[in-house]
Amino acid sequence: MKYLEIGKHVEKGIDWLAQNAEPFFDAITVVIEFLVGAFQDLLLMPHPFLMIAIISILAYMVSAGRKNFFTALGWKKGRFLGLFTLIGLTLLYLMNFWNETMQTIALVVSSAILALLIGIPVGIQTARSLRAEKIIRPILDFMQTMPAFVYLIPAILFFSVGNVPGVVATVVFALPPAVRLTSLGIRNVQSDVVEAAYAFGATEKQLLYKVQIPLALPSILAGVNQVIMLSLSMVVIASMVGAAGLGQDVYKSILTADLALGVESGLGIVIIAIILDRLTQAAGENTNRK
Amino acid sequence: MSENVKIAVKDLNIIFGKHQKEAKKLIAQGVSKTEILKKTNCTVAVTEANFDIKDGEIFVVMGLSGSGKSTLIRALNRLLEPSSGQVILDGADVLQANNEELREIRRKKYGMVFQHFGLLPHRTVASNAAFGLEIQGTPEEERIKKAYEILKIVGLEGYEEKMTGELSGGMQQRVGLARALANEPEVLLMDEAFSALDPLIRGNMQDELLNLQESLKKTIVFITHDLDEALKLGDRIAILNDGKIVQIGTPEEILTEPADEYVRTFVENVNRANIVTAQTIMFEKPTRIELKREGAEVTLRKMRNTGLSVLPVVDENNKFIGFVFDDDVVKIRGDKSKSIRDIIYEYSASVYLETPASDIIAAYRDSSIPIAVVDENGKLKGVVMHSAVVSEIIGKDENEIRTDIKNALEI
Ligand SMILES: Nc1ncnc2c1ncn2[C@@H]1O[C@H](COP(=O)(O)OP(=O)(O)OP(=O)(O)O)[C@@H](O)[C@H]1O
Ligand SMILES: [Mg+2]
Repeated sequence: MKYLEIGKHVEKGIDWLAQNAEPFFDAITVVIEFLVGAFQDLLLMPHPFLMIAIISILAYMVSAGRKNFFTALGWKKGRFLGLFTLIGLTLLYLMNFWNETMQTIALVVSSAILALLIGIPVGIQTARSLRAEKIIRPILDFMQTMPAFVYLIPAILFFSVGNVPGVVATVVFALPPAVRLTSLGIRNVQSDVVEAAYAFGATEKQLLYKVQIPLALPSILAGVNQVIMLSLSMVVIASMVGAAGLGQDVYKSILTADLALGVESGLGIVIIAIILDRLTQAAGENTNRK
Repeated sequence: MSENVKIAVKDLNIIFGKHQKEAKKLIAQGVSKTEILKKTNCTVAVTEANFDIKDGEIFVVMGLSGSGKSTLIRALNRLLEPSSGQVILDGADVLQANNEELREIRRKKYGMVFQHFGLLPHRTVASNAAFGLEIQGTPEEERIKKAYEILKIVGLEGYEEKMTGELSGGMQQRVGLARALANEPEVLLMDEAFSALDPLIRGNMQDELLNLQESLKKTIVFITHDLDEALKLGDRIAILNDGKIVQIGTPEEILTEPADEYVRTFVENVNRANIVTAQTIMFEKPTRIELKREGAEVTLRKMRNTGLSVLPVVDENNKFIGFVFDDDVVKIRGDKSKSIRDIIYEYSASVYLETPASDIIAAYRDSSIPIAVVDENGKLKGVVMHSAVVSEIIGKDENEIRTDIKNALEI
């Protein structure tokens, strides 16, 4: 006999929400479905070979740096990621994972975009107000320590099964570093630069856009990288509520103890992880250096 | 015009901490800073500051670390909110301005230069210099043009498109100065603007600031903890000790009439030779011989009366000519063919009222011959004895110097 039924009370609250805030959840569903669908369509529209070429060239350009597309230095910096992307994606195509790969990328990118859209403004707010910081910090700690699986349950209750609850759970899980690193970056802007902006009569908005955000950009981009990696790490968990992509194959391989499938689909996720990680890191580095 | 008050600071108190009311009460009762900190947990950074800054002057605020200099200067443009008092700029209290008015004041009236430059490292030199104008919404082309002009003035021509991180400290601070000047402010606030620079570069920057000021004639509030810098730059200097202004005066006044022990210890460390001028150490209204009217007999009588063996000779307009020595006068006494003119020693240097003591020393050829102090028309204003300059450079106080001078004149 339990004396305290915290779980029951939370469940009741969530049931109540699921019934009474339906329009709200419907709106979220529409947005997420549209976003994921659009990315999927976009990625699957061209022939796989064309898409592989596009992504590989893009990867090369980002890691080579804006000014170095055709220089020896650019080739030196960009060749690894360019070639790795080319080979990795071809491999995935040959393993007959093309659709799943693109679905996974669509999910990860959509989740990351949503997490950043929420996380960066919240991070800015926490950096600028002590009170906001005090409220939001424990929430972030809570979000990060709660096992990711637990998010799946309310996600199912609110959004049933499919991509949408997967994305929602992923966003919740991947959000904290966006907030933290944005906030950290803005707080670390030298105080005399901020003071100088005020001394010349800057408004709060001018301070934010002309000084704080540009100077916090390296930190914010580190946050972007982490958000993407965390989103990717949720792919398998999200597949348990029906999210599409390579996660499904991993999940299936576990359920059926199919080692071959497990190795192949796992390898696929690793390839995507390396590409996305290096890509965002290179983007960050090239802005730092500017 | 130059006597107009630009900024009047009245009864300014700046307290950090939560229990300001209590702290204020305690200040009124004359309780000490440390006591107030203990009782209320409030730091009293500035107490009861009262001073005027005149239009077109360089007003230096000097004090040791933690004396409240930065706090004080930040109250002028309200980067810090004072606890009470007034900062009256051109007749209006800055502390009463609402947010929008305050921004307008900061944009149009003030320019500020910071100790650690406060530049934007992700932008070019020109874009940094144009920052103030950008904030005001000046169109890009116009503000960059202006930035180029100002950068030329501060000696950064050719560096406009460099990133600020590629510049040396001295150059970065030139960018800081350019940024402050670009919006053509009336008042320039400089908080230890040169303190982070190498001594040599610092000296250069001081010279250049003085040069600029000759044409700009801005009102400049300059903060420093370095007395030499204060003396070099300041038209007037306010000395801050533990949040209180203990003395305001010209460099000369600070050196020769330190208001209290604190200022005195400060002043003792300075190289006085660069600061004390001929005017301070000269013997005023010396006995003199007027060439046209007075001959050998009168000269000898005057020498006997004063006990001096050397006297200055002037023409009928009090213009300095040279010195006469007692033994020369004795030689021509009674000789009708010779006059004082024939025995005047004309090779002694003369100096101006504002010549510093170090330069006077250099002007001596013979320590037994005094040096005449003249105004810009060559009129005799006083006489400086060698011993007086020496004792001044060694650094004795004023009374000692006076007696030294007297003694010297009596030799
Ligand atoms: N934000 C603040 N909160 C609390 N106390 C402060 C704050 N800023 C300054 N003080 C205190 O106020 C006093 C004056 O500080 P201030 O920075 O004005 O000194 P300063 O003369 O500029 O010194 P320095 O030469 O080190 O720059 C110091 O005792 C300092 O500790
Ligand atoms: Mg300071």
